[in-house]
Amino acid sequence: MPEPVETPTPPQWAAGGVGQSPIRPDAESKVNGSFDYASDLAFEGMLWGHTLRSPHPKARIRSIDTAAARALPGVVAVLTAADVPGKLHYGLIEADQPVLAPGEVNYQGEAVAIVAAETLDLARRAAELVAVDYEVLEPLCDASKAVEAGEFFRYQPVRVGDPDTAEAAVVVAREYEVGMQDQAPLGPESGVAVPADGGLVLHVATQWLHSDLEQIAPCLGLEPERIHMAMAGIGGAFGAREDLSVQIHMAMLALRTGRPVKMMYDRAESFLGHVHRHPARMRYEHGADAEGRLVYVKAHIVLDGGAYASTSEAVVGNAASLAVGPYKVEHVGVDAWGARTNNPPCGAMRGFGGVQTCFAYESQMDALADALGLDPLEIRRRNSLAQGDQLITGQVVEAFDPAKAEDGRPFSPLRDLLGRFDDIPVPAVPAGRDIVELPGGTGNTTHGEGVRRGVGYGVGLKNICYSEGFDDYSTARVRLELVDGEPVAYVHTAAAEVGQGHWNLQQQIARTELGVERVVLLPNDTKVGSAGSSSASRQSYMTGGAVKAACEAVRELWADRDLADGPVEATRVFRHRATKPMDPVTGQGESHVQLALCVHRATVDVDVELGLVKVVDLTCVQDVGKILNPVALEGQIHGGSAQGLGLAVMEEIVTDEGRVKNASFTDYLIPTILDMPPMRLRIVENADPDAPYGLRGAGEPPTLSSTPAIVAAIRDATGLPLTRVPVRPEHLTVGRPS
Amino acid sequence: MRVTMHVDGAETAAEIDRPGESLLSTLRDRLGLTGSKNACEQGECGSCTVLLDGAPVCACLVATAQCEGREVKTVVGAVPRPVRDAFVQCGAVQCGFCTPGLLVSVADLLDREPDPTDPEIREALAGNLCRCTGYEKIIDAVHTAAAALAGEPR
Repeated sequence: MPEPVETPTPPQWAAGGVGQSPIRPDAESKVNGSFDYASDLAFEGMLWGHTLRSPHPKARIRSIDTAAARALPGVVAVLTAADVPGKLHYGLIEADQPVLAPGEVNYQGEAVAIVAAETLDLARRAAELVAVDYEVLEPLCDASKAVEAGEFFRYQPVRVGDPDTAEAAVVVAREYEVGMQDQAPLGPESGVAVPADGGLVLHVATQWLHSDLEQIAPCLGLEPERIHMAMAGIGGAFGAREDLSVQIHMAMLALRTGRPVKMMYDRAESFLGHVHRHPARMRYEHGADAEGRLVYVKAHIVLDGGAYASTSEAVVGNAASLAVGPYKVEHVGVDAWGARTNNPPCGAMRGFGGVQTCFAYESQMDALADALGLDPLEIRRRNSLAQGDQLITGQVVEAFDPAKAEDGRPFSPLRDLLGRFDDIPVPAVPAGRDIVELPGGTGNTTHGEGVRRGVGYGVGLKNICYSEGFDDYSTARVRLELVDGEPVAYVHTAAAEVGQGHWNLQQQIARTELGVERVVLLPNDTKVGSAGSSSASRQSYMTGGAVKAACEAVRELWADRDLADGPVEATRVFRHRATKPMDPVTGQGESHVQLALCVHRATVDVDVELGLVKVVDLTCVQDVGKILNPVALEGQIHGGSAQGLGLAVMEEIVTDEGRVKNASFTDYLIPTILDMPPMRLRIVENADPDAPYGLRGAGEPPTLSSTPAIVAAIRDATGLPLTRVPVRPEHLTVGRPS
Repeated sequence: MRVTMHVDGAETAAEIDRPGESLLSTLRDRLGLTGSKNACEQGECGSCTVLLDGAPVCACLVATAQCEGREVKTVVGAVPRPVRDAFVQCGAVQCGFCTPGLLVSVADLLDREPDPTDPEIREALAGNLCRCTGYEKIIDAVHTAAAALAGEPR
């Protein structure tokens, strides 16, 4: 029998390890201007590509004449659907989106032709010279009518008990609407395709390199091995870089011309060139007993998926499974659809189907509290799911510490979070405020008359990682070798650093697991296995898990070896526990891996005469399982809360019969530093024993709960029902009793 | 048309062929100075903020043809080291696309007001959009930078 091997014990708190906030490896280059974003790349002999897009939401293409465009000096190629070398369609889940419109267009902004020219200016001018003869058709823009006509990507019901006959002492029934939000990452879609050895190198800013490759290669008619995907610097993502944008187009132009081709959208094109958050119409009915305990919930949820599938299928699954939030209810009837219309395609955005229903169920909880004269925190406490309870899908709430049982009752993570607000006072109205602190600010619109204060709460429940049976995994390769007599770890993954700080976390994990100081990150590319997407709040869990596993393997090998004899290397694929699809009739199934909770309290001042809102405080209590990097974590909570604030009071892509009316930062407003209030955070660590280090994904939950909290606060200030976000000034003034 | 400017301390000449070409386009596409970013190109986001003869401007709104003989400072030349360090240390950088423009605006603010209050910081940076941070750590960074600069001989 061999001697047991004593492996080196990792130092728990290595300098710059897990739990600390070392300096991000990309920080210095981002503050000195040298970090290369996709839009900063340039190559010798490079051409510029540009896309001609449909001005019509629905039309047949009778003909396309590219002669005038091709005749313009400096134009090198003009391509249409007839020039697509391979498959004509691509898509994240279902390949239904044309690379270039093959005879009809189904949304305003659909790509029709692409141009390569010596300068971007020339490429744009050439695109204007492409003559497309459209037969304009009537678009289908009403999502409910689309569902009635059978035009939908998915229908998912959830049925528990008997919601139609259950009797309740109090019933509230309302309709809610959520506008179409845009991710609006500041870095524009961009990339460069470079011909190389009969294939291509694609420099792209994407959330998921390997998924891009799987979609690109068949459309180009190339073996995937002939395409090397190299990650370029990413200027924010938030879901917008999950679907393809420039990738296939620039690759087609590079293959045709034999020269490097760069594509870069301007802001207006960016609004048309990526998917958005699904707008939603939701009819909810909540029944409760006289003490405010939920008896039944019925929800009719229509999400508008727009013209092509993107991730609508998965978004519908989230909306349905999370439709009542973190509350216990015996009788449930949920019907959720993702409609197919001629509106802009919708797909992934931070919160992914959880945001829309969260606004509705939290508004309903407040309406119930109002009807019963209960405090908003109290009604949530009374209905909180506890350990051992079931979600509406039958999934049992678990992975919390049973030792935390309260007074003989099973531990409730939500009651835990709600209780934390007891110690955090609502900010007092300061005496003698400067007018710039009032709604309207430097607009000098009020001296305080007509200004009312309100306070509101919102709770969000989000699934972490991919759900419903998806084979979700990540890959990491770690090599340890001596450099100048010192052990250095090299970490190679394909995981996208979209700004969240994932590169930093990989280094922290390697330091903690291997006890080394120096950790070198190799460039993200497709020479290593897939990391999955930087989405679903999953990279800390998944690629963090893969790097941890690979480091552990290296540590074991290292125990038997002297590094002086050569490097030690291990590659590991990490999977979370398997999930199951939702039953297509009942919605039942253990469909989620991990659940995360976040609670916001918002305090607002509203000028009820002018309809102006100022959010004066946002307090957030979030359970993150285990803090891996305090500074990065706080940044995620701040930023996620800001995007929820945007949806609450300002952000919406406005469409009129399928046409986008506000594709610019002049007309689509995102929160500025004047719109964001100071934030107070209480971070709670209820570790998940199944997850690496006990962590719980943290990026998305704050985006769910800040929106309903702010709207609840505006309701508190105004007494108005406010069933639609974003809340606009006219919602607060028009029809208001004087 | 040939335009000669002083960019980050160096005399720099650019040959432009469109009279309306923006300073941002000249910096990025002709001179390869990509430190200034292009998030909206219509003066709404502040990612391309530079100092033109010492005044903060959106480079996307300035015609290069107007810049003959003038001094342009980008993130490379406009930002004192302690301001950069404060952004790094405070976690004010996530995706970083807004960072160069913000740094130039902060440098300008601290030049005018060495110890700004929160409302002064918010007013000064209202033209710089950030989509990642919710601005909290940017405000921390400005205070940290102000303290660091106060400790330095000026």
